[in-house]
Amino acid sequence: MADISTNFLGIKSPNPFWLASAPPTDKAYNVERAFEAGWGGVVWKTLGEAGPPVVNVNGPRYGAIYGPDRRLMGLNNIELITDRDLEINLKEITEVKERWPDRAMIVSLMVPCEERAWESILKRVDETGADGIELNFGCPHGMSERGMGSAVGQVPEYIEMVARWCKQYTELPVIVKLTPNITDIRYPARAAKDGGADAVSLINTINSIVSVDLDQLAPVPTIDGKGSHGGYCGPAVKPIAMNMVAEIARDSHTHGLPISGIGGISTWRDAAEFIALGCGTVQVCTAAMTYGFKIVTEMAEGLSDWMDEKGYASISDFQGMAVPNVSDWQHLNLNYVTKARIDQDSCIKCGRCHIACEDTSHQAITNIVNGERMFEVIDEECVGCNLCVNVCPVEDCITMEPISGTDPRTNLPVDPNYANWTTHPNNPAVADAAE
Amino acid sequence: MTTQETRNVQSGRLDQSEYEENFSDLHPLLSRHEALVESDRCYFCYDAPCVTACPTGIDIPMFIRQISADNPKGSAKTIFQQNILGGMCARVCPTETLCEEACVREAAEGKPVKIGQLQRYATDILIREADAHPFSRAPSTGKKIAVVGAGPAGLSCAHRLAMHGHDVTIYEAQSKGGGLSEYGIAAYKSVDDFAQKELQFILEIGGIEIKTGQRLGADVSVDQLSSEFDAVFLGIGLANVNALGLEGEDAAGSEDAVDYIANLRQASDLSSLPVGRHIVVIGGGMTAIDVATQAKLLGAEDVTIAYRRGQDAMNASAYEQELAQTHGVTIRHWLQPKALKRRDDGTISGIELEYTQQSNGSLSGTGETVTLRADQVFKAIGQKFDGGPLEGSGIALDGGRIKTDDERKTSLANVWAGGDCVHSGEDLTVVSVEDGKIAAESIHAALSA
Ligand SMILES: Cc1cc2nc3c(=O)[nH]c(=O)nc-3n(C[C@H](O)[C@H](O)[C@H](O)COP(=O)(O)O)c2cc1C
Ligand code: SF4
Repeated sequence: MADISTNFLGIKSPNPFWLASAPPTDKAYNVERAFEAGWGGVVWKTLGEAGPPVVNVNGPRYGAIYGPDRRLMGLNNIELITDRDLEINLKEITEVKERWPDRAMIVSLMVPCEERAWESILKRVDETGADGIELNFGCPHGMSERGMGSAVGQVPEYIEMVARWCKQYTELPVIVKLTPNITDIRYPARAAKDGGADAVSLINTINSIVSVDLDQLAPVPTIDGKGSHGGYCGPAVKPIAMNMVAEIARDSHTHGLPISGIGGISTWRDAAEFIALGCGTVQVCTAAMTYGFKIVTEMAEGLSDWMDEKGYASISDFQGMAVPNVSDWQHLNLNYVTKARIDQDSCIKCGRCHIACEDTSHQAITNIVNGERMFEVIDEECVGCNLCVNVCPVEDCITMEPISGTDPRTNLPVDPNYANWTTHPNNPAVADAAE
Repeated sequence: MTTQETRNVQSGRLDQSEYEENFSDLHPLLSRHEALVESDRCYFCYDAPCVTACPTGIDIPMFIRQISADNPKGSAKTIFQQNILGGMCARVCPTETLCEEACVREAAEGKPVKIGQLQRYATDILIREADAHPFSRAPSTGKKIAVVGAGPAGLSCAHRLAMHGHDVTIYEAQSKGGGLSEYGIAAYKSVDDFAQKELQFILEIGGIEIKTGQRLGADVSVDQLSSEFDAVFLGIGLANVNALGLEGEDAAGSEDAVDYIANLRQASDLSSLPVGRHIVVIGGGMTAIDVATQAKLLGAEDVTIAYRRGQDAMNASAYEQELAQTHGVTIRHWLQPKALKRRDDGTISGIELEYTQQSNGSLSGTGETVTLRADQVFKAIGQKFDGGPLEGSGIALDGGRIKTDDERKTSLANVWAGGDCVHSGEDLTVVSVEDGKIAAESIHAALSA
C-alpha cells in the first residue's frame, strides 16, 4: 500500500486532500463531518477583521453550467468571506484542531491592507493552535470592491508587502492564495516568494457570468432583476488552474516553491495530475459541494491504488515529475509526424470524426467506403491535428500514431531527428541570422 | 390421451454449435466503453435507494463512481466488502426486483442504471486480473469454527470469519463446493465454471479448509462439531423437494427439476442429456422457469409451465417469466395437476390438469380438466428443509426450517445458521450471503467477548 500522507511546510496530513476555504469549511459542524469522512485537512472559510461580520445577499448565490445529464461542470458564486462572528470561528477552530490533531488546520484570512489589521488578526489565529494561514488574495467579487481579495492579488507589490507583514507577526507557515484574474500568474507568485511566503495555493475563482436569464435579461444568479459577476470554479476550470500551477513550477524564480493545487479537482486522477505538476497538497471545493464529503474515499483509494500500480511508494515519488515535460511551443519537435488511426472494431459509426474534419478541418476522414458507411483516415490529407480523437465518444477508438518513411501528405521524407521552430527555415529569425 | 405415441426422450437433439449458442452467457460482460457510459448515468444519490434495496447493503453509488473514475478494481473491493459473492450475485440476483427496481432512474425514465451488469464488470475484472486477494486476515485468534455447507451462506460466513483471524473448516456433502451456485443456477447465468472460480477466489484469503463428501447426519454430527470447534455455522440449504402426491410419480419421465438442473450443470457434454419432445413443468418459481427454459434450449419441441394461480402470484419475477417466454416456453395459469398419464409400459405420456379458481383467498378446482401431452413432467413446486441430519441435536425449528434470532443464532449454544435453511427472507443467493455475514459477525463478537 502506497503512503499517501503528506508533509507540506511541516504541516502533516494523512492524505493530500484538503477542503478549500469555502462553505464546506465555514463551521465546526461541517469540518468535523469532513474529518469523519476522511479528509486530510481543511482551509477554514476566510475570516475577516473583528467587529460586525460581512453580510451576504439573501437571494440566490450560485449559478451553474452542466454537462450532459445535468452533470455539474462549472459553478459560480457571489458569496463573501465568512458572515459569522470572528470569535465564534476562532473558538471553533481551536476546539476542532484539539479534537483532530492529525489533520491539517489552515486558517484563511482577509483583512484590510493595513499592517495593524494583519498584526491583530494573526495574534488571534496563533492562539487557536492552527497549523498555518492562507492569505485570501483571490476572492474576485464583493470583497475586491472594498480593496481586499483579488484587488490585492492583482498588485504584486501589495502581495509582497502583506506576505512580509505576516511572516513578521506569526511563526506559522504562510500560504498565499492567488487569483487567476490576472494576465501572468508568475508575477504574483514571485511577489509572494519575495515577501517570504512559504507557499502559494491556486487558483481561486475566475471572474464569470455563468448565464443570462433570457426572461429577465439579467445575469444568473439574479437578485431582484440584477446580477453581478461571480467566481467560477468546478471541473471546467481545471485546465486553467493546471496551466497556472505549471507556469509557477517551471519559472526559474519560483521553481521549488511549495504549491497547494486548487481548481476543479473531483477524482483521484485530477489530484494525481496536479501533484505531477508539482503540488504538495490539493484542495477541493466544488466536488464536495456537489457530492458531499464521501467522495474523499474514492479519491484516496484511487490515488493509492494507482501509486501501487506504478510502484510509487510515497507522494514525493511522483510529485513534480511532469514539470520538466512542460515545454515552450518553440521547443516542440516539428519532425514528429502523426496520423489518425481509427479502430474499426471499436468504431460505433456515429460519424462525428468525419463531420468535424470535413466541415471544420482538413477533409481527411471518409464517410463511405465501397458504398458502405465507414470512417477511415485519408493519410494524404491528415495533418495529425487530433480533433477527431477529441470528438469521438469512444475512448481509444481513434489514436494518433507516429509515422516514419515518407509523409503521404507532403510527399517528403520524415526526418528521424529532432528539430524545432528555432532552427526551422521558415522562421524569419533563422533567415535573418543566415544573412 | 387416446392414441399412444411412442415415448420420445432423447439426447443430442441439436448440433454442437447450437448447444454452445444456447448455453452461452445470458448477459455478456460489458465492455469498458459500455461500462463507462452506463456508470456515468448514476446520479450518486444521497442515501441511495438502490443500497437500501440490496440485502447485503453494497455501496452501489460508490462502486459505480469508482468505475466511472476508471478504478474497476477499487470498485470491486467496495462490492466485496459487503458481499464476497458479489460476482455470483451480479449474475443471479433478480435485480429487477431489488436494486434496479429502486434506482431513481427507473422512476425518472423507466431505465434504471444497469447495476447488476456494472457489478459484474467490476468483480470480473478483479477476479480475473488482481495479483492478490483484496482482503487480508487479522492476526490469528486461535479459534476454530466449523461451517456446514459450502454454499453461498457457508462461504460468506467462512470468508468473514477467516478475515477476522479465525480458522474455518467447511464440511460439504457434495464433491465440490459452491452449493446452489454450482448445482442449482441456470447454466447460461454462470458460464465458464464461474462458481468454481469464485470459490477459489474466496479461499484465497487463507484459513479456510474445505472437506468435501462430508454429509451432516451421516459423516459428521452437530454434537461432534460443537465439541470439536469453538462455534458451528449451519448453511445446509433445502435438501428435500415437495412431491405432487400423484400416482406414478416414480415412473420414467416424472422428473425432479432440482436434480435435473444439477445434472445439467455437471454435464461435461450437453448433447448427452436426454430431454423430452413434449414437456410440462409444474410450478411457478425460479426452478420452474430455469428447468423449462433449459429444456427448451436442449431442444425440446414444446415446453409448458402449468401454475395453479395467476401470474401475479408467481414467485419468478416478471423478467424471468419473460425470459422463459422469449425462449419459447408457454406459461399457463390456473391449472393444477390432477393425474399423471402413463403408457402401457408405465412411462409418462402426459398429465391431466384441472382448472382452478380463487374465491375468498382459497384455491379450488373447477372440475374441468385438460390433458397435455408430455414425455417428461418436471415437478418444481418447492424445496423443503430436511430436518433429519439435526435429529437429536436439540436445535429448534420454526415453520419447518431452523429457528434463529436476528443474529442467526440457533436455539443451541454456539451454533448459528443461515441461508435457505432458515427463514430470513426470500430464498435468494444474496439473502444467504447476508445471513452468513451476519452470523460471522455474531460469532466473531461471541468469540472475542
Ligand atoms: C461558494 C464559494 C465560496 C468561496 N469562498 C472562498 C473564500 O472565502 N475564500 C477563498 O479563498 N476561496 C473561496 N472560494 C474559492 C475556492 O476555495 C476555490 O479556490 C475554487 O472554488 C476553485 O476550486 P474548485 O474548482 O474545486 O471549486 C469559494 C468558492 C465557492 C464555490
Ligand atoms: S438509485 Fe440509481 S442513480 Fe441513484 S445511486 Fe443508485 S444506481 Fe445511482
